[in-house]
Amino acid sequence: MSNTQVQKADTGELTAAEADRGFIQTPRVDIIETEQELMVFADLPGVKQDAVDIRFERGELTLHARRTVETPSGGFAHSEFSGGDYFRSFRVSDRIDASKITAELKHGVLALKLPKVEAAKPQRIAVTCA
Amino acid sequence: MFLRRDSLGEMFREMNRLHDVGRFFQRPNPFAAGAIPLVNVWEDEHTVYAETDLPGVDVASLDVSVTEGNRLAIVGERKPMDIAGGAWRRQERGSGTFQRTLTLPTLVDPNQVTAKYDSGVLRITLPKAEAAKPRRIPVIV
Repeated sequence: MSNTQVQKADTGELTAAEADRGFIQTPRVDIIETEQELMVFADLPGVKQDAVDIRFERGELTLHARRTVETPSGGFAHSEFSGGDYFRSFRVSDRIDASKITAELKHGVLALKLPKVEAAKPQRIAVTCA
Repeated sequence: MFLRRDSLGEMFREMNRLHDVGRFFQRPNPFAAGAIPLVNVWEDEHTVYAETDLPGVDVASLDVSVTEGNRLAIVGERKPMDIAGGAWRRQERGSGTFQRTLTLPTLVDPNQVTAKYDSGVLRITLPKAEAAKPRRIPVIV
């Protein structure tokens, strides 16, 4: 899977057109921090790569993904879930190097990697013997 | 590894700016303990279809079976995250085995069932059994 573009945009708000698409789901996330980066994993079942929109602007990371669940012409014989776009938004500290954020979508799971800026990584200080 | 406990609060804070909270929802998690994957079922003249969201599952672990002509069973597993040296800041997705059994609206031909896993969605196509297909009865005048 190739990387999904992380693009800058004027606003992280939903536009009227996006809001018209009905229900919006909050995707579940796992967030893991290592010395080098923050990793965000989001469950986005049914979302294709070109339907994911990740924006980073003014320290705010916004995840928006479009999903269409077609209702069959004869209706559902048994329906337990409905479609709906996914939306979630986080404020990210300036200790993240926004220019190096990467995203990958595989089997309906989005993996975001947010590398820390150099100054935020732990530094090892060698102790010398006098 | 010495990561400060409050690190997430500082580095990654969820936005609480939802103007119309009523439109936002979260489905039950199929990977939570005791939970089941939710399934949609529909049919046309010759086929029954079943679809369920299973993001990030181990494809080799997926096992789909039909017994008694109309009992569909879906079994599988999502492996736990390997966070090798990292620290959890938020853990919502879950992992583990899941299992779902449901009764289909008609009898199907178990030998012709196919299942496809795409973008984290499992779609099962179940051609109806001959006996369940509609039959046109000629009316003799």
